[in-house]
Amino acid sequence: MSRPEDTLAADVYYDDSEARKYTTNSRIQNIQASMTHRALELLDLPGPSLILDIGCGSGLSGEILSELEPEEGGPHVWVGMDISPSMLDIALQRDVEGDLLLADIGQGVPFRPGSFDAAISISAIQWLCSAENSETSPAGRLSRFFNGLYASLRRGGRAVCQFYPKNDQQKKMITEAAVRAGFGAGLLEDDPGTKSVKLYLVLTVGGTQSDGKGGDITGVVEGMEGVDVMDARKKMKSQGAGGMKKGSKDWIIKKKEQMERKGKIVKATSKYTGRKRRVAF
Amino acid sequence: MKILTLNFLTCAVKACKGTPKSHPLHPKDAELVQDELELNADMIVNVLPRLDWQALRTTSSELGFPPLPEQPPTAEELTADEKALKDLHHLLMETSVSEGKLVCGNCGHEYAVKEGIANFLLPSHLV
Repeated sequence: MSRPEDTLAADVYYDDSEARKYTTNSRIQNIQASMTHRALELLDLPGPSLILDIGCGSGLSGEILSELEPEEGGPHVWVGMDISPSMLDIALQRDVEGDLLLADIGQGVPFRPGSFDAAISISAIQWLCSAENSETSPAGRLSRFFNGLYASLRRGGRAVCQFYPKNDQQKKMITEAAVRAGFGAGLLEDDPGTKSVKLYLVLTVGGTQSDGKGGDITGVVEGMEGVDVMDARKKMKSQGAGGMKKGSKDWIIKKKEQMERKGKIVKATSKYTGRKRRVAF
Repeated sequence: MKILTLNFLTCAVKACKGTPKSHPLHPKDAELVQDELELNADMIVNVLPRLDWQALRTTSSELGFPPLPEQPPTAEELTADEKALKDLHHLLMETSVSEGKLVCGNCGHEYAVKEGIANFLLPSHLV
């Protein structure tokens, strides 16, 4: 089965019949519901919040936001953006409580800076990667989207985007665009390696968290069960400084080899090379 | 399109980005509907500091509502005064624009609103 993004553009693919099929399919409803709950867990909202639903479609996740119990931090007020009129039409029929915007997220996010407490996106942002016409490139759309999203979130806010990347290149393209926009970014992978693998892009906006946890992205999954943290940033740092200390015997030998390769005359290496000398004075 | 959302919405045109007149958008030929929504005091208190009060006064008078006070209420005032809370809730959450246009004060672009949904799709030369 080919991916929807490879066949048509989002607003053309989700026509009336496809929109109805999508919304009434119980399997899709269950999957979307569980992903929404997972995203809410990652957002960790303290109370009723103003949320932006990116690619809200027919309002499947929006309904969950509106109906969240007070004990779980709800109910939330949300504003949804989607490019498909047919999907939004179904949302109207389902009488969703959130406000709906017919918009292309690749054109930006038309809200005042610092408007939203959080943003959620379920199975939407991979659509930004399709090269649709000669005027806009995926890279351009991704950067306009993430820059707009960054501005529209309040300082200390979070965004969680579940998406289906076609390949590693798309995954990288999306994550890099998010980082370039200024977000602290992390990828959470549920059921890795299986057919039902789910990928969540967790984004934080700098500024103090209300609970003082600090801005680091790994703080998002602190205290969550069953989550292994693989921090690619630490690996790069150790390769730089901790690798070889300047002035040590190994470093001296490496330098001697370099000079010999250059053709310079180098003294032979012996047990006296780099030995600690007795201080003369 | 609730009045609450209108208080956060700006013009999407690239040239209007950051200009003061691009917010709030001005309703034109607007039809309003009043819904009934359960009062969520926590939500109002949460959103209160982020509301653009002057923009809210502008929008509210453009829609024909009685004028709002010059200064926004503080969170303490709101939780103490139940009537003020209910009035604000009624304006922000229960009043929506169902039909009409939203006009940008800077570039004049008109966004159509149909059945409560605002059309923000822009031709590529404006993005």
